[in-house]
Amino acid sequence: MPFLPHTESERSEMLRAIGVKKAEDLFAAIPKSVRFPGLQLPPAVSEPEVMAEMRYLAEANHHAQNAACFLGAGAYHHYIPAAINHLLMRGEFYTAYTPYQPEVSQGTLQSIFEFQTLIAALTGMEVANASHYDGATAAAEAVILALNQNRGRRRVVMSPVLHPQYRQTIRTYLQGAGAHFAGDETPETYSAFQTRSRAKHLATCVDESTAVVVVSYPSFVGEVEDLTSLAEIVHTAGALLAVAVNPIMLGLLKPPGAMGADIVFGEGQPLGIPLSYGGPYLGFFATRQAYLHKMSGRIAGETVDGQGRRGYTLTLAAREQHIKRERASSNICTNQGLMALAATIYLSLMGRRGLRQVAELCYHRCGYAAERLARTPGFQVVSRFPFFNEFILRCPKSVAEINRDLLDRWEIIGGYDLGQDYPCLANHMLLAFTEMTPRGQIDSLAEALAGESL
Amino acid sequence: MTEPTIYELSSPGRAGVSLPALDVDPSTFPPALIRTELPLPQLAESDVVRHFLRLSQWNYSVDKGFYPLGSCTMKYNPKINEDTARLPGFAFVHPLQDPETAQGCLALMYQLQGWLCEISGLAAVSLQPAAGAHGELTGVLMIRAYHHDRGQENRRRMLIPNSAHGTNPASVAMAGMEAVEVPADPEGNIDLAALRTLCDETVAGLMLTNPNTLGLFEENILAVAEAVHGCGGLLYGDGANLNALLGIVRPGDLGFDVMHFNLHKTFSTPHGGGGPGSGPVGAAAQLADFLPAPLVAMIDPGNEADPPLYGYRNPGKSIGRMRAFNGNFGILVRAATYIRMLGADGLRQVAETAVLNANYLRALLKDTYTISHERTCMHEFVAEGRWADAPGVGAGDIAKRLIDYGVHPPTVKFPLIIPDALMIEPTETESKQTLDSFADTMKKIAEEAHTHPELLHDAPHNTPVGRLDEVRAAKQPILTGKLT
Repeated sequence: MPFLPHTESERSEMLRAIGVKKAEDLFAAIPKSVRFPGLQLPPAVSEPEVMAEMRYLAEANHHAQNAACFLGAGAYHHYIPAAINHLLMRGEFYTAYTPYQPEVSQGTLQSIFEFQTLIAALTGMEVANASHYDGATAAAEAVILALNQNRGRRRVVMSPVLHPQYRQTIRTYLQGAGAHFAGDETPETYSAFQTRSRAKHLATCVDESTAVVVVSYPSFVGEVEDLTSLAEIVHTAGALLAVAVNPIMLGLLKPPGAMGADIVFGEGQPLGIPLSYGGPYLGFFATRQAYLHKMSGRIAGETVDGQGRRGYTLTLAAREQHIKRERASSNICTNQGLMALAATIYLSLMGRRGLRQVAELCYHRCGYAAERLARTPGFQVVSRFPFFNEFILRCPKSVAEINRDLLDRWEIIGGYDLGQDYPCLANHMLLAFTEMTPRGQIDSLAEALAGESL
Repeated sequence: MTEPTIYELSSPGRAGVSLPALDVDPSTFPPALIRTELPLPQLAESDVVRHFLRLSQWNYSVDKGFYPLGSCTMKYNPKINEDTARLPGFAFVHPLQDPETAQGCLALMYQLQGWLCEISGLAAVSLQPAAGAHGELTGVLMIRAYHHDRGQENRRRMLIPNSAHGTNPASVAMAGMEAVEVPADPEGNIDLAALRTLCDETVAGLMLTNPNTLGLFEENILAVAEAVHGCGGLLYGDGANLNALLGIVRPGDLGFDVMHFNLHKTFSTPHGGGGPGSGPVGAAAQLADFLPAPLVAMIDPGNEADPPLYGYRNPGKSIGRMRAFNGNFGILVRAATYIRMLGADGLRQVAETAVLNANYLRALLKDTYTISHERTCMHEFVAEGRWADAPGVGAGDIAKRLIDYGVHPPTVKFPLIIPDALMIEPTETESKQTLDSFADTMKKIAEEAHTHPELLHDAPHNTPVGRLDEVRAAKQPILTGKLT
């Protein structure tokens, strides 16, 4: 049996030491009527056989390495520098537990400390935690922080162009919390969608019962706007501003911390983490010093040992479930440690110039594609300048139909069908561009779409 | 030994990666939004690799040695799992692709849902939750939704044994419900009389870890289930300790209505230094309709010529979405690989061996350490790390001294109901030699506690840092490094 080292004689010796005849005897406490059910599972296979099976399944998928991928909508096909995987594959990192014993976990702890430092620097905030599960759950935790900070206020204002799945997750998390939601009512027309997706409109939804306003920078549909005036209005009302960001964009554009945001969070997948059909990803979370004790999730801090040597440890545990139980700031325990390490290595490798370069490639190729596709008969780019790495393309027929053709005839994974979330955006596609979609691929996309308008 | 931070290593002008040149005409920037400072470090690839490799060497890990961390199931993580999860056909699939273009991923998820149903004896499984605590919150929200659906909004109290993980009461509080503690009886079981007194029409359910955190199987489980169901409540199973039950008994057959699995414990996926985990939730038939949306479904069973078609379906009364996208898919691939390699017999051997190893170690240690209960344990047991004739020595000291001997400490000071608890879970992947050697070390430390207690107080001695000033870390928090 793989992974079980005992020989028969060792097994017998151990049973003798315990004082039982056979292993079955150790399970006498289990009700006899339901003991040893005999599971109906497929028979075990060997390592080469399981590899063949898994390869068969994997090869049944289309994916971003065998097709040009213009799908984004919250997860992006970016280049993952080779060094990341080599370091993540170190058994010392990936087979370690949560660093509860700091003396034998300095590797993990210092990486978390560096992750916190990098995320705070990138977002323009003062403190960051060790991670959440993903962008959506980080969004829910941001709202919970604000509700705990503003007890008595139960109104949560969300932008309609905050990622639809983040808004759904926030609603699920808060169904027992007595919160009510405003701002993201589904617009009935495209012009209403345009109006409601702006910060100016959102500001009108803020009142004295509002605990938090949650916006996205860039928006779910790629548009970018300055949040400074919104932040002022939110603060005047006594509420907090929480901003979902694309971390790659922060290599190019002003961080929300510089615009008055109180919480900045997001999906860290673009930072060196594979698409992997949706996970494991990385929720990152940063805030101001003032809200540190309300922030959930693990935090590493710098301290010294008895000889004055610098070291790191998990700290401020008094916020956490294993100490505070039902009074904890969240129930979160295991988070996305290894994914945070991937992002730490990614940002270290990219550095100041590399991240800016990736962000510029996304921005300029997106601009090029918008200009190119705007000239394709039957299609219209309806996003407003500026947009970062994505825009909305109005199509002459259903997005599903176009995407089928793109894949079948051109080996292109097309854009996201916005009609799924916004009925007024039926036949509207969200397209994404990165350093992995060179000009040649964009030109092919334009050529392919030209065929669709006939 | 001190490793500089990544910022301290930075040297202006260095770059660690090469990127394609711009191949299109640049677009205009929005001038007011352009970032003028970007405080990220600047390093060459070799700087970065050496930094993180040096850091890795300061970690203890399962690949390095024995890790008897109670309730964490630090079993060996098969290497094949890492290779299957990284197959390009899995690693590069976008989560929002049309399901027809991701049939391999969906087939794997559909199979895994079915296997987890079979292992747990439950009717349906959602793979969405990202970790155990996330699964707990999911399950508690489902219980709440179930009672609301039946017009019983008054069921707000969730009963939780005092030995439970802290995540249980924290999940209950997040769902807007009230955690009510249930005491244990002298045998380490739930105090049945106390439970029956608490069971009334305000009870939403009972959250139970079985085996519990003392490593003991709840002997009265059928009576416990009857009491909870009798008052209209539901039974939640914390799957943290499922490793002891694989093929031994199915939680569904014991009366559990909803439970979470920890794929990163029971099904061998690595812990990653604190995640990613994966916490699928299983539900009995009457709760299946409340599972998070969407579930993976077989849309068309296919025939001899065409394979089945998989897609998504939303349960009718779903609590909603618990996260973005489709779960920690890469972890699901690892768990599926593991289950496929073990099969039914293998899984039962896993549980039997985990329990054998724990009882063997318990037998070796019971004359030196007080063991919490005089009963056959399951996959773990709790020893007391203190002796009346060795004052001043506690569980924490024993834990730190173990580090000197090259072993990761057990879970210490948990469960809270045992003084100076050392919670020891050897797992099934450890050999007899490892267990014997650990027992010898534990006995030696017990002797040192009496003869040279300072060796324990000063431990560990050979680590990059000694015991850290935790008070200073919390009182004067330094949570980010200098941006040089």
